[in-house]
Amino acid sequence: MVMDGLDARFSALADPTRRAILARLAEGEATVNELAKPFKMSQPAISQHLKVLEDAGLIGQRIDGTKRPRRLSKEGIEAMEEWLAMLRKALEKNYDRLDQILAGLPTKQEGR
Amino acid sequence: MTKLTLKTEGDTHVIVTRHFAAPPELVYRAHTDPGLIQKWLLGPHGWTMPVCINEARPGGKMRYEWTNGKGQGFHITGEYFELQPFSRTVHVERMHLPDPTPDNHIETTFDSDGEGTLLTLRMTLPDAQTRASMLATGMEHGMEASYVRLEGLI
Repeated sequence: MVMDGLDARFSALADPTRRAILARLAEGEATVNELAKPFKMSQPAISQHLKVLEDAGLIGQRIDGTKRPRRLSKEGIEAMEEWLAMLRKALEKNYDRLDQILAGLPTKQEGR
Repeated sequence: MTKLTLKTEGDTHVIVTRHFAAPPELVYRAHTDPGLIQKWLLGPHGWTMPVCINEARPGGKMRYEWTNGKGQGFHITGEYFELQPFSRTVHVERMHLPDPTPDNHIETTFDSDGEGTLLTLRMTLPDAQTRASMLATGMEHGMEASYVRLEGLI
């Protein structure tokens, strides 16, 4: 069961639109209309993405009159944190490379 | 000591910091000399930067083009506003995927930090939604490989 949950979470995160939806929800809850606006996608297309995220347990919805605002679940918040951690790691790879190059550059004191 | 930090600030900022063992002059050169930039600013394994234009003067243009050698690629363009050699630059950049993303204003500072340098990138995006999209999609080119690797470990 744990493996299934992780698989669902990873395939949910593999799509850039779904990651952007999660990042948007990290700023606060939003309705389907509000979520659809910045993506230039139809509401059904966004709803499909929301269903994938919901099935993966990353988001939930609240009932507010006729509205159903979506919000991040605890797992969704964790997933975004994992994503940012991966982003840090990827940036770090470039800077590790830069460390190597800097180590090979002559400094002023040594003359050029 | 070399640990990178990446955090959001307010509604529109992203702050990245990283310490380097080299002095500010060298770190600054590595960020403004095209020949040096092409050696490290590469992203995932297998990607190269065949085109690197970096006119390090106010009003100067930037253009970085990346390719994975298999027909996939993208580029960024930008302009410099201010440069204080070895301590600070201010520029704007946007990614072309191929449509341009909203402008990302970046202030880069190179501060003496003991024997080395504390590099700080302060990015300002037009609004919270743009920042969210950049973190979720615009930066993915830099990390797709790590993501795939991590996925393989699960």
